[in-house]
Amino acid sequence: MRAAVVAGAVVAARVAAGLEGRKLLVLVPVDAEDGVAGTPFVACDAVGAGPGSRVMWVGGKEAALALDRGDLPVDATCVGILERHGGGR
Amino acid sequence: MKLGSVVGMVVSTVKDQGLQGLKLLVVEDCDPGGRGAGSRYVAVDAVGAGMGEMVLTAAGSSARQTTLTANRPVDSVIMAIVEIVEVAGEVVYRKGEGPE
Repeated sequence: MRAAVVAGAVVAARVAAGLEGRKLLVLVPVDAEDGVAGTPFVACDAVGAGPGSRVMWVGGKEAALALDRGDLPVDATCVGILERHGGGR
Repeated sequence: MKLGSVVGMVVSTVKDQGLQGLKLLVVEDCDPGGRGAGSRYVAVDAVGAGMGEMVLTAAGSSARQTTLTANRPVDSVIMAIVEIVEVAGEVVYRKGEGPE
């Protein structure tokens, strides 16, 4: 899993079967000091994350396993909200 | 999932049997505001996307998780058409209005 900050959300009118009504979040990858560490991308939400949340997300086919069915065409899902991450300072 | 804009289509006659009947589109990476960011790739369209639309694509084995692409040699699929993108409480993209 990797860390990111929720920057926003996406509304999609037309989606592949099984994705109807699912929350789609814009994530920005961050490093241990909360510095931006990559380009924004979109992930499904499995934990009730919202804008400003620091989250961990899982990529690849495993992303669907965090949702209620494993056969969805998603490759990124938020699987945890972080209270703290990084070097422990 | 990656954000991208549909910038073209691919026509291929000689191709793997598993790709028969699939619509192949050229997608360009874009930022949440819809501005192109360079890299382009080909993705199978599972939602009826059209030229100029902002879409989401899923990559890798996740791309095979649609009824259209199941068990086919595909590693990128368009699985959503984007209507609105909101960042920091502001709408940065709305379909039909293009990049700001």
